[in-house]
Amino acid sequence: MKEWMGKIRTLSLFSLMVLLLSACGKENLTTFIPKGYGAEESLNVITISTIVMTAVFIVVMVIFIYVVWKFRQKKGEENVIPKQVEGNKTLEIVWTVIPILLLIIIAVPTILVTYDLADQSEIDDSITINVTGKQFWWHFEYANEEIQTSQDLYIPVGEKIYLKMLSSDVIHSFWVPALSGKMDVNPDNENTMYIQAHEEGVYWGKCAEFCGDSHSLMDFKIIAVSKEEYAQWVEDLQNVTADVQPETTTAQEGQAIFEQSCIGCHAIDNTPSAGPNLSNFGDRTTIAGVLEHNEEELVEWIMDPNSKKPGNGMLGAPYLQNKGEITQDDAEKIAEYLMQLKPSEITPNSAQ
Amino acid sequence: MSEHDVLNPKQMPLNPEKATLEGKNKFIGFWFFLGGETVLFASLFGTYLALNNSTNGGKSSEELFTLELVFIMTMLLLTSSLTSVYAMYHMKNNAFKKMQLWLGITVALGLGFLGLEIYEFYHYIHHYEFTLRSSAFGSAFYTLVGFHGGHVVFGLSWIVALMIRNSKRGLNLYNAPKFYIASLYWHFIDVVWVFIFTVVYLMGVL
Amino acid sequence: MSTMVATNKRSFGSTLWDYLTTVDHKKIAIMYLIAGGFFFIVGGLEALAIRWQLVKPMNDFVSAGLYNELITMHGTTMIFLAAMPLIFAFMNAVVPLQIGARDVAFPFLNSLGFWLFLFGGILLNVGWITGGAADAGWTAYAPLSIISPGEGVDYYVLGLQISGAGTLIGGINFLVTIVNMRAPGMTYMRMPLFTWTAFVASALILFAFPALTVGLFLMMFDRLFGSGFFDPNMGGNAVIWQHLFWIFGHPEVYILALPAFGIFSEIISTFSKKRLFGYSAMVFATVLIGFLGFMVWAHHMFTVGMGPAANSIFAVATMAIAIPTGIKIFNWLFTLWGGNITINTAMLYSLGFIPTFTMGGMTGVMVAAASADYQYHDSYFVVAHFHYVIVGGVVFALFAATHYWWPKMFGKILNETLGKITFWLFFIGFHMTFFIQHFLGLMGMPRRYWVYLEDQNLDLGNAISTVGAFLMGLGTIVLLYNVVITSVKGEKVGPDPWDARTLEWAIPSPPPFYNFKQLPLIRGLDPLWIEKTEGRSGMTPAEPIGDIHMPNNSILPFVMSLGFFIAGFGFIYQKYDAIWLSLIFIGMGIALGAMLTRSIKDDLGYHIHKEDLEKEAKE
Repeated sequence: MKEWMGKIRTLSLFSLMVLLLSACGKENLTTFIPKGYGAEESLNVITISTIVMTAVFIVVMVIFIYVVWKFRQKKGEENVIPKQVEGNKTLEIVWTVIPILLLIIIAVPTILVTYDLADQSEIDDSITINVTGKQFWWHFEYANEEIQTSQDLYIPVGEKIYLKMLSSDVIHSFWVPALSGKMDVNPDNENTMYIQAHEEGVYWGKCAEFCGDSHSLMDFKIIAVSKEEYAQWVEDLQNVTADVQPETTTAQEGQAIFEQSCIGCHAIDNTPSAGPNLSNFGDRTTIAGVLEHNEEELVEWIMDPNSKKPGNGMLGAPYLQNKGEITQDDAEKIAEYLMQLKPSEITPNSAQ
Repeated sequence: MSEHDVLNPKQMPLNPEKATLEGKNKFIGFWFFLGGETVLFASLFGTYLALNNSTNGGKSSEELFTLELVFIMTMLLLTSSLTSVYAMYHMKNNAFKKMQLWLGITVALGLGFLGLEIYEFYHYIHHYEFTLRSSAFGSAFYTLVGFHGGHVVFGLSWIVALMIRNSKRGLNLYNAPKFYIASLYWHFIDVVWVFIFTVVYLMGVL
Repeated sequence: MSTMVATNKRSFGSTLWDYLTTVDHKKIAIMYLIAGGFFFIVGGLEALAIRWQLVKPMNDFVSAGLYNELITMHGTTMIFLAAMPLIFAFMNAVVPLQIGARDVAFPFLNSLGFWLFLFGGILLNVGWITGGAADAGWTAYAPLSIISPGEGVDYYVLGLQISGAGTLIGGINFLVTIVNMRAPGMTYMRMPLFTWTAFVASALILFAFPALTVGLFLMMFDRLFGSGFFDPNMGGNAVIWQHLFWIFGHPEVYILALPAFGIFSEIISTFSKKRLFGYSAMVFATVLIGFLGFMVWAHHMFTVGMGPAANSIFAVATMAIAIPTGIKIFNWLFTLWGGNITINTAMLYSLGFIPTFTMGGMTGVMVAAASADYQYHDSYFVVAHFHYVIVGGVVFALFAATHYWWPKMFGKILNETLGKITFWLFFIGFHMTFFIQHFLGLMGMPRRYWVYLEDQNLDLGNAISTVGAFLMGLGTIVLLYNVVITSVKGEKVGPDPWDARTLEWAIPSPPPFYNFKQLPLIRGLDPLWIEKTEGRSGMTPAEPIGDIHMPNNSILPFVMSLGFFIAGFGFIYQKYDAIWLSLIFIGMGIALGAMLTRSIKDDLGYHIHKEDLEKEAKE
């Protein structure tokens, strides 16, 4: 009997937790479950201000409900004229001074955290990554390591990573809610912020500044792995070259078509490129930031990118202008080629 | 006060521009308007100061501006402000002819200023190929100085229209406020120019 | 000239002409009410389309491009073409009456302000039929707005420029009216709070709108004439637009909110049958909010990268606004305290406003905390916050004012039962729509998202939000029905149906076109209440019956605005072909010609003669 009760209790506790967690949003996306330094600090300020403000709200509501309940016109009192009060100096002072004190309680941590999050004293000894926002994808250049990658950003856990951010077209905003608050990515002045993940994991990143048709599809990921894994990943990526021959013949054919039609914008080694770098495409979490990572989606993407991400930069690609340059068959070959680009053992699966 | 008294006052008061309620309204309303204009030019100055070094590899202010020309323009406009004060002085004394004369001088000086400004722009465009589209600095320069120039054109047209309209009937309580606020506008244009001279030209060559 | 308006039925043509040429503030108020109400419905339909798109993840109700047009036009329409004109409607209808004036200071400019707003508003919406409305967000951040293809953003720029000029003119008009036209004895500290807030809001318009004017000019030059203010490739700086926009944009919030506070102050005081508690503190708080409103614009830009010092300063300055706002909330509560509270529709909105707006204020302080705002910014949390302020504050106020002043404007009381139904639908719908959005934002949903992905725990919240939006829509339909049914069947009421306190209730409903036959003598705050408590039924006149000076009607404001409207097309289409420059010359020719006509043609107005007034009194 007791055991049964206990089971029920655990079960209900568990379901309550699930409910609560789902009310908090998706783990590794929501700000309510911070997994990084910035998100944690911001959540502290959010919590302090929410508590103070809720207290104020309760005071207002108590008075409000009381006056509406107490002083509502009663039957037979339609013509009663209440006393005409001009005001009350003491009360006025009370509700001026108390809010000032409450605001100070919020303002002090606000300012401390604002300065803390803008701190750049360790930038010279830390990993620094140049982030470029483009309609509608993200590019990451590890300046010292000489690695180029797109969409998936690998970082070591527990370290401050500095991001130097610049846009190549309109304003974007770099937001990984579970790790840190956002910072705009401007076209004309570089912004610097840092992120620090406390746990390994794959974190959702979003563009938070309205940037055009596919603003809502400009997702990216941050993959936080252990320091050893990160070192391994860096080494693997540094050794990427474009002229590795794939194993299967379809993939080899795909490579040939790729080098014909795609290489103008995409890179599969550590050279800069106009379009996303694809050197570890086989290990990406998603295609184009939002699509499931499989060949079928990739083929559809190649054949009609606009249907997946309206207004994206690939629409100007020459192969889409000359109808028939790339057939369904070609696209499948390219897809097979791209899907086998797996230069490193370290993949999103390593992040746990 | 009947319509007749407004148009043909038996005696002109000391401050004819504020003798009627309409005149008072115009007087205060125009001051408010100038407050708004101040914010307008402040925004333009702010933009200019943010962009005055953004030459994008093109001509910079040091290479373009010559203070001699701008100095003459400044003198013309400052003097025209003074002459419009004389005109208002004569308005208050109900000396219509003298007022018209001084307004005429004001207009002539204003036209002189405008001519030199057009020459200045022409010079930049043809000798230096420095235009609105050259750089952000070019955009900011032509927009700020051009806005002021546009105000000069509007102010001159306004004063001339008033002079012609009232040339035959002289001063009354209906048109006195109109002359007065036109001259206020002219002073404002002058003040803005002093700032342009300092911020754009002096700071630009030093 | 005829000195009396014929009261018998007139033909449609002459009524139309009358409205096209009118300079009477009460008729202009009605035109603002109709035009603003129309745009409110347009903006509301856009909102419903947005919410329907977001009812489920990865929905395809509208395309990405159309969605962006919808969000842009929803924001722009609601702020500039619905909220502001409706505020102006009540300012026009009420302020001259509250201060005992026969008209505004510049009746001609008042009409010009309206027509500029209307033509600007139409121009803004022309984009819908020429291949796409503006799609860069109501904030139109450069460079997105600069590179936006087509003419949508051009219509945004020129439409706002024209309607903004109208607003500026309206603002100056009210400033001068309040400074110069107050009745004998109506000192500043005896002015009703709605007049005070209209006064401060007008001052904010005067000092805020020119920044928008400049911003729009720069954007127009960039888009249409090849300048490079916001183009990084020419050395330009896109952040300048954000500064100019928000130097205007933040005061704009108070331009809307302060008159809303004024409306609630009038209604709460009237229906509690009590003098406003802490009147002078309320006035002080109004002025202080207006002043601080100019110091805080950069709190919209915490993530731009201004550095910790600027962020901290603007954070603290913003929090400071909570203090005068708190003073107001408590003064309203203590006006209710000890009162004899009648709860009718207007009062329901006022009572619903207090908790709603308090929440908007709470989240306002929360988003002001810069380091917390890094999470809130550009997420649905912010969407929730500003709707709590603008809908919970301003729209509730406009609905309350509609019920409160409808009898003064039209002589009939709106149906109370229908009014209460609207309130509950709207109130519940509002909280359903927006409360959940605070959480959506913190759960990682950025604003202006056309779609959200599946499996991110955002589905339920969005579905609830959409249901709420449709409840609000339903409430609005009931309100429209109420307006129609009241116009048809409503019963006429007397001058003072609410047993109110201020001067507008001392004259007939609707008031005669000259407002006050004799200017009243004001003896204190709540002048009508003072007379009533001393047993008199109306105001004591300050002057004997005499001739009344009235302004002439004029078609010129309409013509001028039409000229600018035509020129607007010329400015836009000359980017394709220089032949369109001719439209600029035609349009500006019409506008400047009308201005010249206005300048050289004497317009002295006319007088209503004493004898006619006396004869009318006998009839």
